[in-house]
Amino acid sequence: MGEFLQYLVTGITIGSTFALVALGFCLVYNASGIINFAQGDFVMVGGMSAVFIMASGVPMGLALFLAVVVGGLAGVLLYKGGIQPATNAEPIQLIIITVGAALFLRGVAQVVWGTGYFSLPTFTGDEPIRFLGVVMVPQSFWVIGVTVAIVAALGLFFTRTRLGKAVLATSYNRDAATLMGIDTSMVLLLSFGLAGALGAVAGVIVAPITFAHYEMGIMFGLKGFVAAVLGGLGSFVGAVAGALILGITEAMMAGYISSDYKDAVAFVLILLILFFMPSGLFGRRGVERV
Amino acid sequence: MSANTMETSTSTAAATAIVAGGERTSWKDVVFSPRYGGLAALLLVVLATPLFIDGVYQFDMAILVMINAAVVIALNLLVGYAGQVSLGHAAFFGLGGYATAILTTRYEWPSLLALGAGVVLVVAIAAVIARPILRLKGYYLAMATLGLGMIIYLIITQESWLTGGPDGTSVAPLEVYGYAVYDEIVWYWLLAALVVVMYWLALNIIDSPVGRALRALHGSEIAADNSGIDVNHYKTVVFVLSAGVAALMGGLYAFYSGFIAPSTAGFMHSIELVVMVVLGGMASLVGSVVGAVLMTLLPQYLVVLSEYEWLVYGLVLMLVMIFMPRGLVPTLHGLIRRVTG
Amino acid sequence: MSMLRIESLTKQFGGLRAIEDLSFDVREGEVHSVIGPNGAGKTTLFNLITGVYQPTSGRVLLDGQDLSGKAVHQRSALGMSRTFQNLQLCLNMTARENVMLGGHLGLPGSLFSSLLRLPHLTRADRRCRARAAELMDYVGLGDYVDRDTTAMPYGALKRLEIARALAANPKLLLLDEPAAGLNANETAAIEHLIRGLCQEGVTVILVEHDMKLVMNISAHIVALNYGQKLAEGTAQEIRNHPEVIAAYLGAAA
Ligand SMILES: Nc1ncnc2c1ncn2[C@@H]1O[C@H](COP(=O)(O)OP(=O)(O)O)[C@@H](O)[C@H]1O
Ligand SMILES: [Mg+2]
Repeated sequence: MGEFLQYLVTGITIGSTFALVALGFCLVYNASGIINFAQGDFVMVGGMSAVFIMASGVPMGLALFLAVVVGGLAGVLLYKGGIQPATNAEPIQLIIITVGAALFLRGVAQVVWGTGYFSLPTFTGDEPIRFLGVVMVPQSFWVIGVTVAIVAALGLFFTRTRLGKAVLATSYNRDAATLMGIDTSMVLLLSFGLAGALGAVAGVIVAPITFAHYEMGIMFGLKGFVAAVLGGLGSFVGAVAGALILGITEAMMAGYISSDYKDAVAFVLILLILFFMPSGLFGRRGVERV
Repeated sequence: MSANTMETSTSTAAATAIVAGGERTSWKDVVFSPRYGGLAALLLVVLATPLFIDGVYQFDMAILVMINAAVVIALNLLVGYAGQVSLGHAAFFGLGGYATAILTTRYEWPSLLALGAGVVLVVAIAAVIARPILRLKGYYLAMATLGLGMIIYLIITQESWLTGGPDGTSVAPLEVYGYAVYDEIVWYWLLAALVVVMYWLALNIIDSPVGRALRALHGSEIAADNSGIDVNHYKTVVFVLSAGVAALMGGLYAFYSGFIAPSTAGFMHSIELVVMVVLGGMASLVGSVVGAVLMTLLPQYLVVLSEYEWLVYGLVLMLVMIFMPRGLVPTLHGLIRRVTG
Repeated sequence: MSMLRIESLTKQFGGLRAIEDLSFDVREGEVHSVIGPNGAGKTTLFNLITGVYQPTSGRVLLDGQDLSGKAVHQRSALGMSRTFQNLQLCLNMTARENVMLGGHLGLPGSLFSSLLRLPHLTRADRRCRARAAELMDYVGLGDYVDRDTTAMPYGALKRLEIARALAANPKLLLLDEPAAGLNANETAAIEHLIRGLCQEGVTVILVEHDMKLVMNISAHIVALNYGQKLAEGTAQEIRNHPEVIAAYLGAAA
């Protein structure tokens, strides 16, 4: 039982970071219909920025905040430099543009920060906390807590603010939103910026647990994508649920069976789900209209 | 386009009168057609290249270009013509390579038998997976092929006892009738012949009812279905075909380089292959060859930029897709047609 | 003799019954129209007949053969062909290639003969090419034969769909609002076209809002409302049917 709880907590922690990445995928997908293959690299940008901003003597809190801002800027830059100019590109071209952006970000990181592995100090010490036979590092609380706070904030943003409602309206029907006087290119910019910031938050909170590295974004991106598709691509609730399912399944697999195939869990899971539920766990089902 | 036209028309819906193909073809149509101009240009380039290159390194580049070209021609049938994205095709390439490597070195199978077994293995996997996977569309299909590729890649990396794990494994040389192929020049001509044949076969498919059916999958599945085209069947055929070619080329690559590593089956390699298709030009065979040439050579030249390599590579991808979304060859073709009227 | 039989067909989308317990027969060689206000279920009926949707209950028979469980392409092979209310054309192909697509079933489709470009295949394909041009001429698109589909006006595209459907040599042709968006001249041309087809022995099911066209050429009409059959009969009977007038014609008149 203690073992099970331990794996569960580990799964929820890692699942939380996937959730932030998956939410970034959803935001961008809903606003633009694009899958952003650079989403994982926002995680890297956040983690690496935090490390180096702190190393330059900036106090931790401010450094973490600035790192998230850098992530947001990366998102805005991607939209301005890569997406907006590509008028009437098809999905496959957009895939390549965002893959290009991912490689570009990776390249910039390599030039600016090198190819080393860096670690960030934990936010509040390393003293493990025990209860119910579960050992938790304090950073896990940060990861889970920050994710919960962000999900809640996003929820409020979408339901309570004009801007949030505009983003939602745009994702349901871009043309109708334009007719209603919503500046949809502003919404797109915002979505990319927010996605960048979300990724960076994930990077900042996991950097103390895993290492920050210029290639760390690849797996985060792929797993965030899996989580988003698992949840039905575009559903925010689905994305969070997908991410938690993924994180927990991974942790259980690694704990009970073997960690050799930990990374394969995501892909086996997604194939099974897609084969049996072609539009994801929470996707809208329906027949194609003719 | 009025009632008049119809009244004067004596032909009927049931009529099957054969009108001899009397279409006007200008010299330009011939020069720019993939069948005449394209094939001639390919032959010329392939025949002339050895005159201009020298040394092991340059032949090595040429050989890698041709291996990629063959894979990309077949992948273009799937992605460019039939419109089915695959982000996991490198896995088929890698699997073909590993099957060949393992069967020849570990089990001492004859080269060609091992190569064939690799292709058969991949064809079987592709055929089994094709139905459920190709039911998916758009990003779901992209995700599923990506997932499939990752699973194969992870298996190759994990099962070290068989594959040598992350370090890769060495491969015995290709041996045909007791003659071991080591020489770069021999490899060059072998692959050159293969690429030309592959190009010609792909061209034949495209110019046939099968090719039209494939393009219809991209254009409108509903229209295809309604025209009596078994959508699932054709998707399966082109998926299996492109996977089989990837496996064949993976096997030959393993023989040629004498070594194979998991990255040949990895996500980035899959992306590279798709980039070659799209950059050269979707639904353009000449584009496939051009894409393979450019994207194989570009990283080699970018190496001089050392740590700026990825930065520039990423930038090139973005810029080409933004300014030439249809790819190089169709864009240039369009330009030339406009200039020459 | 009835060529197509619709037998207590029902199609439910969630809580909505798009088609409800619908039955009627279509006689061979006649023009049979289905009318009804928007959302009445006409397109859904076509989708059920051609196999795009599976019915919730009931069945469709072609020449006495139950079509249940048959896929769209299998039904096409049995001789039914259709056009779409919302155009379904391949914009990545020329106009002629779109029509040739319709002739697919009459061509050798094996990968092997394609790979080697066997003579019987190239010959058949050349015939199909020529016939596509003829058909385009027949529907009045002679000027567009080798144009890109993207460069054609809407009215021409609607007729391109008809040419594609004809390329399959169908015995049953289903036309979903072929005159929508067309001017009077073009509509007259469509009427002429349908008459011609009918004389050749093609059975036509027509969904159309243009009442003049419908009344002119239909041997038999079914009026739908909310998925149910409101009335059925000759043009004369439908025109004078009180419920039809109330539900449909009344609003338009
Ligand atoms: N795939 C579908 N899913 C849900 N509802 C549908 C679907 N197709 C049609 N409908 C609904 O069925 C009803 C009939 O639609 P349709 O057959 O298109 O009408 P018509 O062609 O007569 O205008 C409409 O209310 C429509 O919204
Ligand atoms: Mg309709």
